[in-house]
Amino acid sequence: MGGLSLETELMLKMMLVGAVTNTACALVGCYLVLRRMSLLGDAISHAVLPGIAVAFLFSGQLGGPSIVIGATAVGVLTAWLSQSVHQWGKVPEDAGLGVVFTTLFALGVVLLSTPAIRNVDLDPGCVFYGLLELIPLSMGPSWWPPAGITLALGLVIGMTTLLWKEFKLVSFDPGLATALGLNATLLHYVLMGLVAAVTVASFQAVGSVLVVAMLIVPAATAQYWSDSLIGMMIWSVVVALVSAVAGCWIAVETGTNAAGMMAVVAGVLFAGTVLLAPKYGLVPRWIRILRLRIQVAGEDLLTSLYRYDEGTPDAVFTARDAFGHAQAATDMLSAWIAFRGLIHRGLIRWQNGHLRLTRAGQDRARKVLRAHRLWEAYLQQNFDLPLDHLHDPAHKIEHFLGPDLVAQLEEGLSRPDHDPHGRRIPEQSNGD
Amino acid sequence: MLNYNTLVVLIGTAILGANAGLVGSFAVLRGRSLVGDALAHAALPGLCIAFLLAGERSLPLMLLGALASGLLGVSIISILSRQTRTRDDAAVGIVLSVFFAVGIVLSGLIQHMTTGGNKAGLDNYILGQAASMLASDCYLIAGVSLVSGILVLVLFKEFELVTFDASLAQSQGWPVLWIDLTMMGLVAVTVVVGLPAVGVVLMAALLIIPPAAARMWTRSLGRLIILAAVIGAASGVLGTLVSATSLRVPTGPSIVLVAASVFLVSMLAAPERGIVSRWIAQVRFRERLSERVRLTNIYDWLVGATHPGEVDEPFIPTEDIAQGVRDSLLEPIGHTQYRLTPLGRERIVRAAQESRLWDELVATHPIEAADILSSSSDAPLNVLSPDLLSELTRSLERSGRWPSADALPELGGTA
Repeated sequence: MGGLSLETELMLKMMLVGAVTNTACALVGCYLVLRRMSLLGDAISHAVLPGIAVAFLFSGQLGGPSIVIGATAVGVLTAWLSQSVHQWGKVPEDAGLGVVFTTLFALGVVLLSTPAIRNVDLDPGCVFYGLLELIPLSMGPSWWPPAGITLALGLVIGMTTLLWKEFKLVSFDPGLATALGLNATLLHYVLMGLVAAVTVASFQAVGSVLVVAMLIVPAATAQYWSDSLIGMMIWSVVVALVSAVAGCWIAVETGTNAAGMMAVVAGVLFAGTVLLAPKYGLVPRWIRILRLRIQVAGEDLLTSLYRYDEGTPDAVFTARDAFGHAQAATDMLSAWIAFRGLIHRGLIRWQNGHLRLTRAGQDRARKVLRAHRLWEAYLQQNFDLPLDHLHDPAHKIEHFLGPDLVAQLEEGLSRPDHDPHGRRIPEQSNGD
Repeated sequence: MLNYNTLVVLIGTAILGANAGLVGSFAVLRGRSLVGDALAHAALPGLCIAFLLAGERSLPLMLLGALASGLLGVSIISILSRQTRTRDDAAVGIVLSVFFAVGIVLSGLIQHMTTGGNKAGLDNYILGQAASMLASDCYLIAGVSLVSGILVLVLFKEFELVTFDASLAQSQGWPVLWIDLTMMGLVAVTVVVGLPAVGVVLMAALLIIPPAAARMWTRSLGRLIILAAVIGAASGVLGTLVSATSLRVPTGPSIVLVAASVFLVSMLAAPERGIVSRWIAQVRFRERLSERVRLTNIYDWLVGATHPGEVDEPFIPTEDIAQGVRDSLLEPIGHTQYRLTPLGRERIVRAAQESRLWDELVATHPIEAADILSSSSDAPLNVLSPDLLSELTRSLERSGRWPSADALPELGGTA
């Protein structure tokens, strides 16, 4: 490590402390987010403030390991207090939580403003955003992060590993857990204790309010990338680490608050994920929906042209009518894209100013119509529906009946030739 | 002691507290207690951006910025929880903390740009420093509160309906969404206007604690909001006084602690819903119950004595007999013999009737019985409808189990 400048060393140490803090928070935060208890995490992180103030009064430092132990008690106390206020005070649960943690937080701010603390060099604003920048200085030449946060991380990893199955079950199915003999209440309070420990340990680095970001945002982001608990934890740690490294770097470069920047980076990652994550993100979802609409519009267009050729009564007469049919179930954009796509793929073509189906188009239309008319037959046979009630449900479902289901329908209906309206059911062509 | 400045601050915090209690009631009743907290945190970046754009501490502009970013935050919460994989609790936490982080970063930037003079200004928005409230600020608070008050007054029925039964309101054609937005808009404006005085973090407390305390004292919405406003105002005044007279206690936390004390007292002492009252009612209930059991035992024993073999002979403990004598229900006629007094006759028969009615109710209408048990009344049978009572009575009479004075012997029995 001899070749590092002081600046670089300080920044790396800052990143290290940030990484340790964020990781501990992210791991605990996964349980909070899964159990929809994010606000309890928010509350506890605020409520530990009086405890921190008292401990600071006694020990003169913020990062000591003794505070972390004491914090577990405060976490349990907060959870218990808000539950009691809810039960005995008959207030709604979230109001009870709000009363307890805002009061405790106010008490903490008051304690931190007392002259005894004001005389020490502790800016009360640090309650909100921590003092991450100063921690590397207090570490001296050593690379070990402050004892408190290291202990907290160790505690979190230890408890998570030890109680992996129990926490997992209690998070997803507390009723089953209790039925199997696990003490769900005890586990709940252990978790709350962990939250408090992590919050208090992180206080020095990120303060009381931004710790909420480090608890919730990585875990919430990870939810979009994985369906399993272990996957979620891994991804949340990734987000935690990236926020720490990038956040600290940007903060140093721009001269802004490090904890704030870490939280902002995490927020940006979250926003990006919400928009772009492949399975659960908004943009991929919109694209999937659009593709579906295009498929529906295209098939509607094909089938209406086919009906025209068949000369059936509900047939269309012009291309505009065909287009209108395509648009009716979806929207103009999907219909237009479908239309261009069908022409491009050679399923329809212009002929003498009219739209006509090609052979490929006919095959495709036949496939859909077959599903449609088989469904109509199925409905008529098994449900007491009047004749004019058959078309609409079949029209909606015709796009989604896969070949297996269609074959099953045909078998079940004993291979009918005609639908309830008397129209021919197209046969299965090759390659269906 | 009361100089001009202190007076300004006192009036300002009083009005602010009243307004917060007023609009906060609706938020609390609708389960939206923590939206105020989210709004307060989300307002910070707007404050900073407005400051950066305006170049100076212009309160109206900064408050507009705060309102805009607060409302943006709340909209994002709504969109996230409705449209995405993220649940509502996580959405609140995310918006709250990330917006706040943006605000912190921006305020850091501002500190670098200006030469330290205005740092105190922004820190004050976080912790609150009502002591620096100007008369103009006071006017702003008063103006906003007046508009709030008028809106609540005019739209009271609509607010009431939407608060307690939104789906009914919807089905009746009320524009529930607009009413909802108005309610939450009032909360947003109140939060933003209160930021300079109480600070970002503690504004939520002012919205939640007075209504929660008021809830202990009344069930009626009108009385609740008025009481919440009063508690809010009182907390504002007392908190400011405490903060002004003691050294360096910030106003925000001071006001919150006063409000919390009021809540604690309310939770303990309020009649009917308070802890002490409910404990007393429980004790009384248990006493009534044991008395009824005692008297019914005596009845059953006496009836058994007249018609031997029909009823098992219960055992009457000596202390129950002593109690009966003390209550003037029995009178001793000799060393070990006792006789019913007329009062005793009446009370014992009534107790036995109550017991039989209760047993019959549990046997034939278990759901109603469970409902009555969960209400905290200490005279449960009074809660029953007269129709049900007469139905039970007739059923008992028909099967010959209805206790009556005729079944009792003239004389008492031997103890």
